[in-house]
Amino acid sequence: MNLSMKWLSDYVTIDEPIKKFCYDMTMTGSKVEGYEVEGDYITNTVVGKILKIEKHPDADKLVVCQVNVGDKDIQIVTAATNVFEGALVPVALDGSTLAGGIKIKKGKLRGVVSEGMFCSVAELGVTTHDFPYAIEDGILIIEEDCKPGDDIHDALGLNDTSVEFEITSNRADCLSVIGLAREVAATFNLPLNVKEPEYKGIDEDITKTLNVTIENTDLCHRYIGGLVKNVKIGPSPRWLRERLRASGVRPINNLVDITNYVMLEYGQPMHAFDVRYIEGGKIVVRNAKAGETITTLDGSERELSEEMLVIADAKKPVAVAGVMGGEYSGIMDDTVDVIFESACFDGASVRRTAKKLGMRTDASSRFEKGLDASGCMPALLRAFELCEILGCGEPVNTIIDCDYSDKTPVTVDFDPDWINSFLGTDISTSDMVAYLEKVGFEIKDNVIYSPSFRIDIESKADIAEEVARFYGYNNIVGTNLTGVANAKRTPAQKLNHTLENACVALGLNQIATFSFVSPKCYDKICLPVNSALRNYVTITNPLGEDTSSMRTTVIPSMCEVLARNYNLRNPACGLFELATEYIPTEEGKLPLEPIRLVLGMYGNGCDFFSIKGAMEEIFKALGINEYDVEAANNDNSFDEVSAFHPGRVAVAKIGDKPIAIFGELHPDVLENYDIGTRAYVAKLLVTDLLNIEIPEKLYKPLPKYPASTRDISFICDDEIPVASLEKVIKKAVGATLENVKLFDVYKGSQIETGKKSVSFSIVMRSHDGTLTDEQADGAIKRVTKALVAMGAEVR
Amino acid sequence: MKEQLEKIELAAKAELEKISDAKELDDLRIKYLGKKGELTAILKQMASLSAEERPVIGQLANKIRADIEEAISARGSELKAALAEKKLKEERLDVTLPGKLQTIGKLHPLNAVMNEIEEIFLGMGFDIAEGPEVEYDYYNFEALNIPADHPARDTQDTFYITDNILLRTQTSSVQIHVMENKKPPIRVISPGRVFRSDAVDATHLPLFHQIEGLVVDKGITMANLVGTLDMLMKRLYGEDCKIRLRPHHFPFTEPSAEVDVLCFNCGGKGCSMCKNEGYVELLGAGMVHPKVLANCGIDPNEYSGFAFGLGLERVVMRKYGINDLRLLYENDLRFLDQF
Repeated sequence: MNLSMKWLSDYVTIDEPIKKFCYDMTMTGSKVEGYEVEGDYITNTVVGKILKIEKHPDADKLVVCQVNVGDKDIQIVTAATNVFEGALVPVALDGSTLAGGIKIKKGKLRGVVSEGMFCSVAELGVTTHDFPYAIEDGILIIEEDCKPGDDIHDALGLNDTSVEFEITSNRADCLSVIGLAREVAATFNLPLNVKEPEYKGIDEDITKTLNVTIENTDLCHRYIGGLVKNVKIGPSPRWLRERLRASGVRPINNLVDITNYVMLEYGQPMHAFDVRYIEGGKIVVRNAKAGETITTLDGSERELSEEMLVIADAKKPVAVAGVMGGEYSGIMDDTVDVIFESACFDGASVRRTAKKLGMRTDASSRFEKGLDASGCMPALLRAFELCEILGCGEPVNTIIDCDYSDKTPVTVDFDPDWINSFLGTDISTSDMVAYLEKVGFEIKDNVIYSPSFRIDIESKADIAEEVARFYGYNNIVGTNLTGVANAKRTPAQKLNHTLENACVALGLNQIATFSFVSPKCYDKICLPVNSALRNYVTITNPLGEDTSSMRTTVIPSMCEVLARNYNLRNPACGLFELATEYIPTEEGKLPLEPIRLVLGMYGNGCDFFSIKGAMEEIFKALGINEYDVEAANNDNSFDEVSAFHPGRVAVAKIGDKPIAIFGELHPDVLENYDIGTRAYVAKLLVTDLLNIEIPEKLYKPLPKYPASTRDISFICDDEIPVASLEKVIKKAVGATLENVKLFDVYKGSQIETGKKSVSFSIVMRSHDGTLTDEQADGAIKRVTKALVAMGAEVR
Repeated sequence: MKEQLEKIELAAKAELEKISDAKELDDLRIKYLGKKGELTAILKQMASLSAEERPVIGQLANKIRADIEEAISARGSELKAALAEKKLKEERLDVTLPGKLQTIGKLHPLNAVMNEIEEIFLGMGFDIAEGPEVEYDYYNFEALNIPADHPARDTQDTFYITDNILLRTQTSSVQIHVMENKKPPIRVISPGRVFRSDAVDATHLPLFHQIEGLVVDKGITMANLVGTLDMLMKRLYGEDCKIRLRPHHFPFTEPSAEVDVLCFNCGGKGCSMCKNEGYVELLGAGMVHPKVLANCGIDPNEYSGFAFGLGLERVVMRKYGINDLRLLYENDLRFLDQF
């Protein structure tokens, strides 16, 4: 809402510096977004009178003018063709500035001195709507009451200040000059001067011309029709145009301007119909019929549906109630008699209709917040008054008022003690009364009667807010909470922190990715067509297709980030995210939102074993020692196995449950993401870990006796995974085993094809005494025997 | 024999002077003091001495032996010290050369600041509650006193999944879950992702993070809200931080406020960062609307509460001087590595 300070002064005499005005209004709840001093970009520009026009000696298209600018005459060269001797024109003097920051300096045009410039409307930052007598492409020939030398701001009325307020949706009453004036008066403790509109009118029976019926009184609480006869359509006077302009509304013609003026002043949207186009002289407020259409004022044909409320004549809809009028029933240049509509429609209905038709108008955005039905009549009378002031029509004294509105005032018990205990303040009852009364509340016998325009007031808390905002929010002294404070992180939150810390310690940087992805990403990670992960939660109104799918897997998000970094030429990357997946459940139910840890890395010599090493450290940090790692395939792991190099992907299992997948990205996936290097990704099911019992960490006594170490090398089938060899060794050594460590795998010359040479270092220790050589050798014999049984040949 | 002994001592000490390493020193020890050494050879002749001479010469021999041993040991220490010093000298490094790469990772600035804020609230006795990001309309709007066709829905452009399932636009939805599941006293924050249909630019993203706070108990006042927010801001930004409350409107709080903090850049004088206001807007807050309490089965005549919602991105951007929101989600390593 843009408020003209000149307009405001009709209702409150305010004499505060603009900055203080804005600040204080903000602090009582009418937030000021900013203010604009009209024409503050124009300097050193005055009214000039053209005394004489002569041809330019050296240019056919230029003329040389002698101009009086008050205290002196100057010479100006111009190419304009609409100037004439005796005309009053805006003159930008030497060193002046105009709209758009244009600077004017004295100079020569084709050898002739020019001491300034004549201005067009555009150069002054105004339009022909503000000055209907002006032309677009020529000099503004001023028809205002002014004399040479007058400052152009005063001459043209460019001397208002417009203050922009952010009005919250609960305060539709403040979307008006009077509403804001009330707040201004209350804020600065000034009197508010609102007068009843006055007009003479003509005596005639309106019912001879008009008949009004409300069919749906749920959606239309009040409909007032007023008649104005013998209208003379033309431009509005300057003061009215100026106020509209300062409020950000374009002047059109006097009748339309009056409806807009009243809406801005009283907050009540008005509509004007040409009587000639109201067939049968009947106005029916009813629901639209199926198949009905209307061509609205903006020229487009709209299809109406049955839940929409329309204003109809005997035959057809002439307006969409509270939204927009029809094209053919509006005001035209030859309109003679006009019906003013001042009505109150149901907010939610207007909102639904406007939304469905895709046309939010100034009127609809006011109605949808809920308007005061008792505001309809003053608005109509103000329109009548303006018709007479402007001399543009004769209001008829009889008025049709169909009023179904509930006039019971909202009441709230006045409980000063409760208010103080709720706010934590110590405000006196008399102060509270003063705060409330100045914004229109009445208090009788400890009951507060809310003014009808305050549709937001319902409860004690609302009253507390009224008191608090005039007492001053910042006068409330903060106090600490008391009582028992027993806060702790949940196991899930602790788990996330453990993982964050472990990943950071591993040198990985945390990332943040969007929860929604492109549906194409499932193709990009080569997910099988029948994968359940392709069944995702879809956003019906996404910003774009590429953010329309709630991800069912976090792997594409990581691939995306790896790709971006690769393309930004970051030579190496190690990344992680604790990210949510969204797994659909039943229709109409919410999806599951499990947390996953996803790792990604490339460059810096990293390989499969780097990501495996990272996962091993993470398991260790979690205290999980019992898990198996095996080559991943379609049967033992995750659908996303498709994203990985089939020979370089593993799954980690706890018991039978796959808990993580990790490995090198498939070359096709690398290509899909334009990653020109091998990259490695891991995904860990974090949420699922919460269901796994992790043993408490217990101290193990440090060894007292030395360890015995034996190395063993053997040749076996290449097919046999190292992990199963390790298992065999562990079992064969038994209780004294402390550690088995692989230290070499060799394939190549001297080793038969299809075989490999494997070397382990076996550390054994007893807690009861030093192991003897016989004990150690005995264990190695058992190992050898077991390996031979698997077909290995011990070297 | 006495002369012989003294001669040996002189010779040994003279030779000792010339020795320059541990090996030579060892050879010298063997030459003079070893089993086949010169001193031993002389002592073997002791038997030929008279009973009177024997103790005298014996004493002298022992003294000379001790002297030589001591001299050898002293020389040994000298040599060792010289060697050590030489080694230390040789091992001098240019300490201004760059350090060897030892990378630890970094938390994302959003998570780092989120953790910090969580710690502040845990310290103030707030539990951390979570709720679904894909949410029913009821929890996101309806229960928060924003019925269908309420104009306040306009301020939060919503992504819809179905007519009554959406991506939550505010973490306030978690308030309802908490109040449905727990009776007062309630003291929780709920951090998390929220979604709004905003096109991407330097100050808007379709996804961002909020931290919602909720306190419900008997006798909770607006002064408690002011006190809590003041403490939060002082812990977050230091003791000099000042807050300012402005009346505002949220359907789920009454009274409602927007909360500004004194501009860190100019200290309240007005600058480009605070658009000359001296303060910057940081969060929304208010006393829980009685209808919201009632919707969750909490009697508003018995209990009161306050709630607030803080935009994490705004805090992070301000803290690190980040001027473009998009950087937070681009995940460029050169950006991530700075925190």
